[in-house]
Amino acid sequence: MVHQYQLGGYNLVLDTCSGAIHAVDEIAYDIISLFETTEREELVQKISEKYDGTAGISREEVEECYDQVVSLRDSGRLFTPDTFEEIAGNLKEKTAGIIKALCLHVAHTCNLTCSYCFASQGKYHGERAIMSYETGKQALDFLVANSGTRRNLEVDFFGGEPLMNFEVVKQLVAYARSIEKQHGKNFRFTLTTNGMLIDDDVIDFSNREMSNVVLSLDGRKEIHDRYRVDYAGNGSWERIVPKFQRLVAARGNKGYYMRGTFTHANPDFLKDIEQMLELGFTELSMEPVVCEPGDSSELTKEDLEIVKKQHEKLAELMLERDREGKPFTFYHYMIDLTGGPCIYKRISGCGSGTEYMAVTPWGDLYPCHQFVGEENFKLGDIWSGVMNHDVQQEFSECNVYAHEECGDCWARLYCSGGCAANAYHSTGSVKGVYKNGCELFRKRMECAIMVAVARNLAEKKNAAE
Amino acid sequence: MKHIETIETLDLCESAKTGGCGECQTSCQSACKTSCGIANQTCENTEAN
Repeated sequence: MVHQYQLGGYNLVLDTCSGAIHAVDEIAYDIISLFETTEREELVQKISEKYDGTAGISREEVEECYDQVVSLRDSGRLFTPDTFEEIAGNLKEKTAGIIKALCLHVAHTCNLTCSYCFASQGKYHGERAIMSYETGKQALDFLVANSGTRRNLEVDFFGGEPLMNFEVVKQLVAYARSIEKQHGKNFRFTLTTNGMLIDDDVIDFSNREMSNVVLSLDGRKEIHDRYRVDYAGNGSWERIVPKFQRLVAARGNKGYYMRGTFTHANPDFLKDIEQMLELGFTELSMEPVVCEPGDSSELTKEDLEIVKKQHEKLAELMLERDREGKPFTFYHYMIDLTGGPCIYKRISGCGSGTEYMAVTPWGDLYPCHQFVGEENFKLGDIWSGVMNHDVQQEFSECNVYAHEECGDCWARLYCSGGCAANAYHSTGSVKGVYKNGCELFRKRMECAIMVAVARNLAEKKNAAE
Repeated sequence: MKHIETIETLDLCESAKTGGCGECQTSCQSACKTSCGIANQTCENTEAN
């Protein structure tokens, strides 16, 4: 399968199954679009007629271009057939029973009451709760015991607001560090925080121990303060921004993301990205709101169109800032064309419910943080392990070929079937697809690839000069 | 005249021979937490690289 699109002044052709990407001129673009449905003679005639009179475009040149397309097809860089279905599931089978990442819900409570929160103000539709050190320690032991030969283990301190249980977070990190060497493991910690409780102690600790820090900021003050308010109804922007700035300034080159949410209130989220840049942040991520259907924050069909256009403008902004020597990162536009994930990863899906699980404050296991509170998805607990094998089986079968709709989607090997939680919440099945999410994902990939191609060609040009 | 500029990319068919170590990051863990995709992941297979 081939996907063609025009963006940022480029004609781009993606060969889905080989992963090849080609920047082409208009003649090649037209030839490729007709290649599978039109015989050579007719195709050459058609294209020659179309470009007849255009300076320098002779019939011979059209033929030459046609032959280039044939050569790319024959070398497996265009119109490559999908031969991966038979290895789908191999990675999950090979790694069955191995867990390498846990999302520790150390606090099912929050000091903000954001109405759009998918976790219902941190409570996940349940009671407020805090994870004890003993439960957290058991979760880490459970992870090590079930991680097989995996060396890199990921642990995310999540909530609610994890800093409301900061002492336990510190104790758990100390415990993990005390056992990692003897087990041949390397813990990578992430903290996801709303920033309200950041102080010097949190900054020192995070910058020493956290591989990544995810900082929630929605961008413009009026947008952020619309939803991200305390229990008295006061916006949090003015209190958290200086704290985030201090944390990031002290972070050196360690990873962080300013992570915003866009909703019906700000489909024009590029203004929020620009606000983050003005505040000095350069590692950015903006995500669509996850909410109940009918919620006032829900993105409408019209919003989705705006959001897609905004993504194109975001790509242009990135290239403009590159040229000005002020680059920034957008999480969904990070794409390593030569060193990205292998085909096994690309067809396996996200790993929720198999190699990745969420742990509630009282030690229950769920397939991921977005299933916490959905009782029928409870997998087991950290003392007894996974007991609900039927649910786990469903997740282990969840690869890109399990989603019927992905079969004719060009982006399937960039997405790997999408988010199981989004699929479940929109279709009632983890093997469904969340169509709005797909549309957005495809747009993001088109933009990400265009930016990568533009950077690649600019580098080549600079090297040649 | 060069009509097609092929950008250097990982050959997915070739990666079937060396990939599958499982060391790479779980997808939305440690980052966005809401929208899944694997395109922005980095390969951590030290033997394949």
